[in-house]
Amino acid sequence: MTNKIKKSIWVFGDYRNYFQNRVTLQLLARARELAPKIQAEVCAVVFGCSLDEYVGEYIAHGAQKVYVTDHPVLKDYNVETYSVLMEKLVKTHNPEILLTGATYFGREFAPRVAKRLHTGLTADCIGLEINKDGLLVQTAPSFGGNLLAEIVTPETRPQMATVRPGTFQEIPHDYNARGRVINIPLPDNLPKPGVRLISSQKLPQREQRLEDAKIVICGGRGMGSKTKFKKLFELAKIMEAEVGATRPAVYSRWAEHEALIGQAGKHISPKILFSFGISGAIQHTAAINDADLIIAVNKNPNAAMMKMADVAIAADANQICSSLIRELKKRIRE
Amino acid sequence: MLKLIVCIKQVPMVSELPWDSRTNTLKREIADGMINPGCKHALEAALQLKRQYGADITVITMGPPMAEEILREAAALGADRGILLTDKAMAGADTLITSYTLARAIEKECPGFDLVLCGSCTSDSETAQVGPQLMEELGIPGAAYVENIQLKNRTLIMKRESDDFLETLEMDLPGLVTITTRQYAPGYASLAGLQDAFDKADIRKLSAGDLNLDIKKIGIKASPTKILKVYSPSAEKENIMLKGSAKKIVDTLFEKFGDKISGAIGKDLKTHDHEENDDK
Ligand SMILES: Cc1cc2nc3c(=O)[nH]c(=O)nc-3n(C[C@H](O)[C@H](O)[C@H](O)COP(=O)(O)OP(=O)(O)OC[C@H]3O[C@@H](n4cnc5c(N)ncnc54)[C@H](O)[C@@H]3O)c2cc1C
Repeated sequence: MTNKIKKSIWVFGDYRNYFQNRVTLQLLARARELAPKIQAEVCAVVFGCSLDEYVGEYIAHGAQKVYVTDHPVLKDYNVETYSVLMEKLVKTHNPEILLTGATYFGREFAPRVAKRLHTGLTADCIGLEINKDGLLVQTAPSFGGNLLAEIVTPETRPQMATVRPGTFQEIPHDYNARGRVINIPLPDNLPKPGVRLISSQKLPQREQRLEDAKIVICGGRGMGSKTKFKKLFELAKIMEAEVGATRPAVYSRWAEHEALIGQAGKHISPKILFSFGISGAIQHTAAINDADLIIAVNKNPNAAMMKMADVAIAADANQICSSLIRELKKRIRE
Repeated sequence: MLKLIVCIKQVPMVSELPWDSRTNTLKREIADGMINPGCKHALEAALQLKRQYGADITVITMGPPMAEEILREAAALGADRGILLTDKAMAGADTLITSYTLARAIEKECPGFDLVLCGSCTSDSETAQVGPQLMEELGIPGAAYVENIQLKNRTLIMKRESDDFLETLEMDLPGLVTITTRQYAPGYASLAGLQDAFDKADIRKLSAGDLNLDIKKIGIKASPTKILKVYSPSAEKENIMLKGSAKKIVDTLFEKFGDKISGAIGKDLKTHDHEENDDK
């Protein structure tokens, strides 16, 4: 074969919670888009036990090659063991890029792999591009998303990133796709992990309404009272939206703890976020950055929340809420 | 006695982002620094161990000279001593190099430690990488995103929620944990305690030379990741401000974003009906 492909982009196969968490498939899709720019092939790497199903999925979603270590010892996710396996595999095959989903596991696993390989790692990326020098440009948020940084790893390899789930779209399942499966036996000198798993219990499927909602109506201390806060629920009902709240609103029992948005609560990514009477403290705004359109109402035009909004409304939150309810009732065609 | 180390970081107070919109850069020299909220939870976990079993707590930070303040604050909260790694040569380190530098200082200054506690994430760079990389660098077991720790002899029992699994893990000391903000609500330092800490706290300042570190292995130059560009997405956003009567504002909102709202709720919206509002 002439013109042999030398480079490769690897995606770590994170399949625990497969039905909720499709980040591996999303990364395979993006890897396929980036690969031609550096003449690379796209590979998935997967460790665990009884993996055929996942191997098939990865091929159907864009992996041209899958490295598999399938062994009962690997049944439970183990950061230490998986890091050792990944280090060995990378040192043998030298991928150009290694991508991992920014799941809890991924965000503990990838830094350890990067350390073992003495290479750079960019956390929780929300964008990946290849620049004219063929380098992976990784866009990572900082300061709760108030700043974005573009980061490259020019010298060391692989270039590593963890990527926030939901950043890229998976490609449709292709049953005809072909891929090579390369079985890697479990090394016999695998060190015993220092951390032992005593129990692991799948949590009941949580109500994901707030996280999935297309519109979120979020209220803060500026709503003023429980009675006034209730109007937000009325507005939400009309718009089929979900209601979120800041910490003071939750502490005042205007909303359930389940509604807390922020560092200590939920992370949301609605198409539209209405923010009523919220100052915009970092512990809150860190969790709302994925909203497409932010409409903020605050009496104080200089509040931090107003600066990060697409539409800043300098007015009384209750009046705007009431006015919105009135107008929507008039305008919605059933 | 238990020897605990808590790694803490000074971060800017960011209710107002120190972003200079004239020069489009981050104002690095912002005076107001505080203990990263995540690190405060780690300190609290250490303080609870101290209350339960007795312990000696060293807080350690790498940063500019002014980061000394957060060590004093930690002392006021109950830490026994502070170590400040400060040297121009250390500046600009990424997580790989930060964990390298911290590890060398821990080995040299705190031999025989039992447990290292870190916050799981900082509010400025938010990588959550230093803790896990420090485990590798120190060659000790550890777990990230831990919510609760219990000590049984020399075994640490750890609980955490990870990707929708509730996990119980254990490891023998020495080890490292990164603590989430779910439990261990941090306490407040009393004014008298703060005063005391500012007068008397035991703070050691160490440079690269004090740690015998090769300058080529630390700081920004040694860091494999390079920042090409930092920008404020909000500065690039078209930010519009609406003022006036509630009615006028809401009308403008529907004019400009009616389609978007209509799309999100999946229902058609009537456009503005002039007659209806011409109430004389
Ligand atoms: C470790 C830690 C974790 C935290 N985690 C979270 C978290 O997960 N989520 C969270 O939300 N917070 C969290 N907080 C708290 C956070 O720092 C802020 O205190 C909180 O977000 C502020 O809520 P708020 O905006 O509703 O209230 P405030 O800061 O009091 O703001 C109220 C705003 O309403 C405006 N206002 C007042 N009256 C009106 C009116 N009539 N009309 C319009 N506007 C009006 C005011 O101008 C002001 O801007 C955390 C804090 C810490 C230290």
